[in-house]
Amino acid sequence: MAELDTSSGGGKKGGKVRTKKASTRVDLTAMVDLAFLLITFFMLTTTLAKPKALDVPMPDKDEKTNDQLPVAASRSMTLLLGANNKVEWFIGVPGESQPTTEGYGKDGLRKTLLEKGREIQQSTGKYMVVLIKPSDKSTYKNLVDALDEIRITAVQSYAIVDITEPELGLLKRDGNY
Amino acid sequence: MARVKVPRKSTHIDMTAMCDVAFLLLTFFILTAKPRTEDPVPVDVPGSSVEIPIPDDNTLMLTVGNGKVFFSVDGSDIRKATLEQMGEKYNVTFTPQEKATFASLPVFGVPMNQLQSFLKMDVDQRKEYKQPGIPKDTTNANELSDWIREARKANAALHSKPLYVTIKGDSKEEYPTIKTVITILTKQKNNKFALITTVRAATKK
Repeated sequence: MAELDTSSGGGKKGGKVRTKKASTRVDLTAMVDLAFLLITFFMLTTTLAKPKALDVPMPDKDEKTNDQLPVAASRSMTLLLGANNKVEWFIGVPGESQPTTEGYGKDGLRKTLLEKGREIQQSTGKYMVVLIKPSDKSTYKNLVDALDEIRITAVQSYAIVDITEPELGLLKRDGNY
Repeated sequence: MARVKVPRKSTHIDMTAMCDVAFLLLTFFILTAKPRTEDPVPVDVPGSSVEIPIPDDNTLMLTVGNGKVFFSVDGSDIRKATLEQMGEKYNVTFTPQEKATFASLPVFGVPMNQLQSFLKMDVDQRKEYKQPGIPKDTTNANELSDWIREARKANAALHSKPLYVTIKGDSKEEYPTIKTVITILTKQKNNKFALITTVRAATKK
């Protein structure tokens, strides 16, 4: 241990009077107490789990020009985000195919996205386009969940689009609005 | 019988090593510390599987909760410049005192006409005060849109790199509010932004 020999020489040279050296040992207990107090304070005030960012690219919304190419209905999948954490999806034009109601998560939306993506890839040779249409009853969490599933299933192109009247009708009919 | 006397050991413990460790940890925490900013409304951030952390600086964050939108941007210099530009736009002159208060304010959400009285409050009053949120709509000229535009301008002038716009929303927040914010952003041709999420717990549902 870090201790200095502070004992005076043992009094060999009898004549000289030596001033007795004070101990160099400092009691650090108080200092340690203080240090740990500060550590506790800083640990509690810092945010350890940093928030993560989910990047969202939006399509360029130019109100003047409308030169975007239409996407074939056969390879577009529409997700309607409804109330009560439910999502309805259909392929193609609304009204032509029967929409399916599902939940988010591993067995619901993710499975569908993977399956349909593969089917569309095989039948048309092109990737699937996903349109996310959140209704006014859906929550922010639903949007994040949907985007997350899209990211997990590596859908190449997707967009957040405003919901249309017939699609709202579909949601209402199935009790998801 | 005579008892064997156990020689008493000194109860003095050498604290040097412990002190070293404690201060090492303390230094670490001080250097990594970024004070937690209190949200003006309770915000429960939804989880996702993304693992890209948001950058430390150069971000604009829009906190959305209870249908209100709050504005925060990193860097006191940007905040000050933004306030000055907003003052010019809305014909409000801010005193240096108010500018200083605003520069130290991490997050706020009051309309322009209440901003001065909000800045005059002291810290405790401000904490108690229920902020109404920044007025917003989907037209081109609304306060939230102006705040974002001016902050982006100020950031471009001071740091010469684009501002990273993030939205921090409450899980339960209904979509219309988010939609308004997104519409405002896309109207400014800010087509790339980020939604703030936390790491989802491994077992969910």
